[in-house]
This record gives sequence, structure tokens and C-alpha cells, in this order.
Amino acid sequence: MASQSEGLAFDLVVVGGGPGGYVAAIRAAQLGLDVALVEREHLGGVCLNWGCIPTKALLRSAEVYHLAKTASQYGFKIKDIEIDLEAIIQRSRKIAKQLNGSVGHLLKQNKVGVLNGHARLLGKGRLAVEVDGVAAMEVSAKHIILATGARARDLPGMEADGKQIWSYRHALMADALPDKLLVVGSGAIGIEFASFFNSLGSDVTVVEVLDRVLPVEDEEISALAHKAFEKRGMRLLTGVQVKGLRKAIAGVTATVEFLDGKTEDITADRVIMAVGIVGNMEDLGLENTKVTVDRGHVVVDPWLGTGEPGLYAIGDLASPPWLAHKASHEGMICVEKIAGVADVQPLNAMNIPGCTYCQPQIASVGLTEAAAKAAGHKVRVGRFPFIGNGKAIALGDPEGMIKTIFDETSGEFLGAHMIGPEVTELIQGYTMARTMESTEAEFLHTVFPHPTLSEAMHESVLDAMGRAIHF
Amino acid sequence: MPIIITMPALSPTMTEGTLAKWLLKEGDPVSSGDMLAEIETDKATMEVEAIDDGVLARILVPEGTEGVAVNAPIAILLEGGEDASALDGAVPAAAPMAAAAPAAVAPAGIPVAPAAAVSKPADGGRTLVSPLARRMAAQAGLDLASVKGSGPRGRIVKVDIEAAISRGGVPVAASAPVAADTSVYEGEFELQPLTTMRKTIARRMSEAKREAPHFYLTMDCELDALLALRKDLNAQADGAFKLSVNDLVIKATAVALMKVPDANVGYGDEGIRHYKSADISVAVASERGLITPVIRNANGKGLEAISKEMRELAEKASAGKLMPEEYQGGSFSISNLGMYGVKQFDAVINIPQACILAVGAGEQRAVVKDGALAIAVVMSVTLSVDHRAVDGAVGARFLAAFRGLLEDPMTMLL
Repeated sequence: MASQSEGLAFDLVVVGGGPGGYVAAIRAAQLGLDVALVEREHLGGVCLNWGCIPTKALLRSAEVYHLAKTASQYGFKIKDIEIDLEAIIQRSRKIAKQLNGSVGHLLKQNKVGVLNGHARLLGKGRLAVEVDGVAAMEVSAKHIILATGARARDLPGMEADGKQIWSYRHALMADALPDKLLVVGSGAIGIEFASFFNSLGSDVTVVEVLDRVLPVEDEEISALAHKAFEKRGMRLLTGVQVKGLRKAIAGVTATVEFLDGKTEDITADRVIMAVGIVGNMEDLGLENTKVTVDRGHVVVDPWLGTGEPGLYAIGDLASPPWLAHKASHEGMICVEKIAGVADVQPLNAMNIPGCTYCQPQIASVGLTEAAAKAAGHKVRVGRFPFIGNGKAIALGDPEGMIKTIFDETSGEFLGAHMIGPEVTELIQGYTMARTMESTEAEFLHTVFPHPTLSEAMHESVLDAMGRAIHF
Repeated sequence: MPIIITMPALSPTMTEGTLAKWLLKEGDPVSSGDMLAEIETDKATMEVEAIDDGVLARILVPEGTEGVAVNAPIAILLEGGEDASALDGAVPAAAPMAAAAPAAVAPAGIPVAPAAAVSKPADGGRTLVSPLARRMAAQAGLDLASVKGSGPRGRIVKVDIEAAISRGGVPVAASAPVAADTSVYEGEFELQPLTTMRKTIARRMSEAKREAPHFYLTMDCELDALLALRKDLNAQADGAFKLSVNDLVIKATAVALMKVPDANVGYGDEGIRHYKSADISVAVASERGLITPVIRNANGKGLEAISKEMRELAEKASAGKLMPEEYQGGSFSISNLGMYGVKQFDAVINIPQACILAVGAGEQRAVVKDGALAIAVVMSVTLSVDHRAVDGAVGARFLAAFRGLLEDPMTMLL
């Protein structure tokens, strides 16, 4: 580090301390780079403070509540189960705080300098860091990684106000259970909140502009999820557009329009807007660079470089899918390339697993059946329902299925789509297979432990080859 | 402790070779000195000798595998008393295993240098290829050896196969007649896969013609005196040796090089190598292809020694058993096609050497002597010269010296 009089100088400065940024910074430190991280709010970013982790804490509470309510099936009589929403929220916040502290500790342990403030590019290799709008310091760096993440997208006239109209952030701090909740958008975020509040007893309606819920998932999985959510009492409207929200003391009334032009008014106590995200690229000084922005994302090459030499962008800021693990992985690739590590491999988007932690859980990796066919594959499809899996039955959770897709000619394992118990944990097996470019043969020759849910992964592949044993 | 047998370096410059053949099977007992396998390099086939006793527990590299890196594990030997469970963890997944067991084998007759420099990680001996890529290559009839991997540690992955196919790829060698797709007019042929040796010849000859600006000097030499001397010497030898014309040509070349040392040179970008002795590379045809065993220090050897050495080297060459030090190096080459009746030809220089002498057949020709026609046995020789290292006058002086020795052969015996 250079002396104070020259300003601070680093090999690498990472802007943003989310799962992309802090992982990049630690990896850089491991590789011997002199690295600093600028964070304006919380280490750990949205993921850890307002996303992945706190929502998982909430959903765990919902699961415990569900088990308590159905305890008689397992031989327990539990009376008078009461929901303490404040305690649920507190638990979620506490977990976020704990992990936030851990990230700070990890950065310290790795000797990553953390600068608290807002960073703005001044020119090539230079950044100004402001604290509360006041210029605090200037730093220079040979390389700068932008990992500023994204935030919930607002629709004009339907901006979240934190009172009646929530973003995910407000929903995480809910002060009361809404009797009636409207969720706009049925992606992972919308569905997870819908599932949580539905489990705790709210009357939940989800509206989706596309023709099915969880539209990035395989169509068959979307259909099964749709049925499963309806069975749990949710109302799901697909192919509808929210034309407007009217706020009143009694609640918010949404006017939705169906494909056939009919409209309906839906009144709810609270509305959660979950219609995607936009990259945090304001006030970063991008206008002084050769960075190209396309549809809310910074355009990057396979090594995460922008149009400006020495400037990189990773995670939500760079491209979908908007997933923490994708951002972390990009952070590592980007830093390793900067450090000149041999044998760095670019990220293959088809090998990034996606998980939605609703009930039942949903997870997938690779191509959907429709996408595989569109890409010209002749496919072999295997399906296996959890009702054929001993462990799922013993758990009392045999809902759902696993679908696997192979190229008929080459045997390439193209994708897996899962809905059911703990599939978010199971998907990693399929992700490894994708990364290693497995064919059906490697699955067929692999021993799956009994009794586990993972046996259904095996059976699905067996079914694709026309030889499932337990169904 | 299982002993890891690694790919030996048969010469200091060898980086990889072909595991041509396993001479023992898994499970066979091994005694020190037993031949385990045959290794084929670009020039020769050599046997790998065991230096430990035990059982050949596992063959890691199947026979026929090309491009096995030096020091890559090729097999595991279990010592007496060890059972197969000792193999667990011994199968080298990591490079240090190979490095930790240096010189577990010695190629017959060659002292193995300690495995100081591991040129590649232990997995270098294996072609890393994803299951999908392997199957796609098989379906496309693509030879994986022709595909460069872009995945982790050079693993061949799907995109590499797709790229290879789109480039036209290198098909797996097929012995069945294939119809060429290059031209519809091309007749049927049988495709013979390139051997390591053939690939080396192709590479080195192309390199020589591409890199070295050749020029050619031809001279006729009268052999009558030489043939008479040969006849005398062979008669005196009484069967102890039998000199060939070629032996005499080797000797004459060596002596001529001592007289004109500027022709006994090699070209390198770093400078001209002036060789101190006349190490004569002699081109020998074998079924496998051309190879050039070296008569070292031929200027200091007698005709009998040269003749004996040449005979041994030629036998080894045709059996493919030459040691690297027997065919590498050399300061000057001779290629003799006289025995086939070739009158005159131009040879391709054996770089980095600067000169090669192409020797034609000795035949009776009409010559003019003292203004009258006469008959003499005449042999045409052509010197191919790398003009980067040797100029025309030097080449001519060498040829003149060479002819002088042939035509007055007693002088070469001095």
C-alpha cells in the first residue's frame, strides 16, 4: 500500500460487498493481491441481509409451523399453536446479522481493507469514496470490479411505499400478517413470499403476466407447482397484467386484466411487488468510461471485463440469472483471470442451478424440455414421482417429481427439473453431472444410497432409459 | 508401499512417447531385470526394465497409448506381501506420487536421470476427456488425439469436439477402404495411420525444406583405385571383416571433414556450431522408415571399426532397437542409394547439420583421360548444403577433398 500522502493504492478494489464482491475480494487476497472492498451499506449484500438467508430463516419458521399443525400424522398432539410474527422476524434478522458479522471477520482474516462508503469512478483506475455524501478519500487501483448488485424493480405508479406496497425488503420486516396479500410476479422471490405468508395463514393471490408461474422453470414443473400451490389455498392468476393499484385506508385494490380483456379488482391489505430487479449502476461514474449498458445490465465478456480496460462487472449488475452463487463464481473467475491464474474456465450459464424455496421446493439446472427441443435436440425424458421413493414417504412428504432430459443421440445430460422435498439440496448432484459433461452412463453406473431422496434422481434417469425400477 | 512405475525418459529431450506394448499382464510376477513394456519414441522402440521385484498390480496406461508424458505413471507394482488393498490411494491422482518414486524403472541399458524435472503433471499421461466428449468423438469417428482440450487441465470437452468436427476433424484411423471426401475423382485407398516415426520424419523433413535454403553441388568420383584397395583389404581380412564401399565413403567423408572443418558445422539461430569430430549420420532404411544411426568420431576410427559399427547399427535400426544416443546428434549425414542403382539424387538436409552427401551408384562410364576415351567406375555424389551455414566455395572444397581421398584411397588410411 502506498503512503497516505499519495492516496490509497491497491492492486484491486471491489465495489460492493455482496456475495459477488466479498468472495472476489477474499479470492484476490488468497492470490496475493493487495485488495480493498468498498461497501456502502451491509457486508454480505442483499443476499445475506435482505435476500437468500433471511428468507430461508422465515421459510424454516413456516415449515416448523406446518409440521406442528400436522404433528398428529407423526404421533404428536400439539394444542394451541400461536404465531409470533415478531419472533419469526427477529430470528430472521438475527441470523442475517450473525452472517453479516462473519463476512466482516472473513475479510479481516484475509487482510482485505474494507472502506465504508459509496464509490464513484473518477477515471482510469481511480475511485472517490464518499461517506454520507461527503468525499472521504480517493483510492487508485490497477483493477476495479463493480459488484454493486441490483434492487427490486418498481413499476410506474406502483412503487413500493413500505406501508401497503412492499418490496422484498419490506416483506422481510413485516410487522403484521396480512389477512389478504397480493403478490405481483411469480418468479422465485414472489413465490417464496407467497409460500411463506400462505403457510402462516394469509389469503394469498399471485398474479403473473406470463402464461405460467415460475416461468423460467420447465413447463411441467410450473404446472405441478401451480397445482401444489392451489392445493395449499393460494390463488394463482396467470396471463394477467396489473393495470393499476389504488391505495385506500381499507387496503390496496389492484385492477388486473386477463388475456381476453376482462378485468377484475383484487383488494388486499398488502401488495408485494416482485417483478424483477434492476442493476445498481447509478452514480457510479460509469458515464466517464467505455462501459456499455444493455437493458439494465453492464455488458461484459466471458472474463467479466467491461469495455473499459481494468474495469470489470460481476453478479446481478452484469447479467441474469440474478443468483448469489452465480455472482460468487463470477467473482472468482474474474479475480483469477486478473491474477493470471492458469486454466481459468469461463462460466457456462447452463450449469448454474436455480432454487426456489417454496413448499414444495423447486430446483433445476440446464435446459428445459422446450428449450432443449428448440435447440434442436432429440430428447429422452425421464420422470420419477416422489411417491415411488421410500424416504419421501417416511418423511410424510411424497409430493413432487424429478424430470431429467437427455440428448437421444449423444446421451448428453441436458437438464434436470425437480419439485418436491429437499430438491434444493439434491440439485447439486445434477449440477456436478452437468459440469463434468456426463451422459446417462455415469448416472446408471453410480450407486445412490438407500433410503434417500436422491434415489429418485437415479430413478428419473433410469426412466429416461425406459428402465425405472420403482415405478 | 506400492511402487509407481513412470514413463521413462529415453533421452534428455524426450517429453512423451507411445506405450507400444505391455510385455506382462496385470497379476504377473515381476523380477528385477524383467522387461515390462515397450516404449516407442519418435525414433526407436525400447524396452522398460523392472528394477524391483513384485507383482504387476495395475496397468494405468493401456498399450497403444500415444503421447504419454515422461514421468507419467504407467503402472503400479506391489511388493511381496502387499495385497491389492495397498493400491487404494496409490493410484496416482496427484503429480507428487510420480515425482516421489523416481526411477522406479530403467529403460534397458540407459542410466535414468533422476526425475528432476517433471515436465507435466501426473495426469499428463492420460487424455482427459469428458464422458460426453468421448462419446461424441466416437460417434463422429474423430480421433481424440487430434483434439486439443479447453477444459480444466486441458480436458477435452463438448465444445472442443464440436469445434474439431466443424473444422473437419481427424478421423480415427480406419483400415477399411475409405472414400475420400476431398475429391470425388480420388480413387479408393486404404488409410494407414501415421506412426510416431512417420510423423517425425514428416515434421523434420518439412522443417528442413522450409527453414534451410538448400543448394546442391554434384561431383563425379572415380572408384577404380578404391575398389582395388577394398578388394585387397577384404582378401587380407580373411573373413574377419568385409568392407563395403559405403564404409569407405564414411571414412573418406570423415577425413575430408577434418581437412575442410567449415563443412562440419550445424546452423542454429544462436550461432554456427563447429563440430570437433566427424560424427557421421548414415541414413538407413527400415520397414518403419528412415533413421540415421551415427558413427561417432569416424575420423578417429579405422575402417574395420567403422565397418563393424555400421553393421551393428544397421541391424538395430531395422529392428527398431536403436538407442537415442545411437541416432541423435551427428555432425554430417550420408545418404547412399547406390545399391538401388540410383545414379544421382539430391537429399534433404538433416538439420541442424548443414550438409548431407547423397551417394549414387558406382557404375562403369566412359570417361576422357589424357584426351582419349577410357572406361572407369564412376560414382556421382551430390552435396546438399544449408546456405545459412556453409557457402558454395566451402562445399566445393569439401567435395574436392572427398574426391581426392576416394581416388587416392591410401591417403585416407594415413
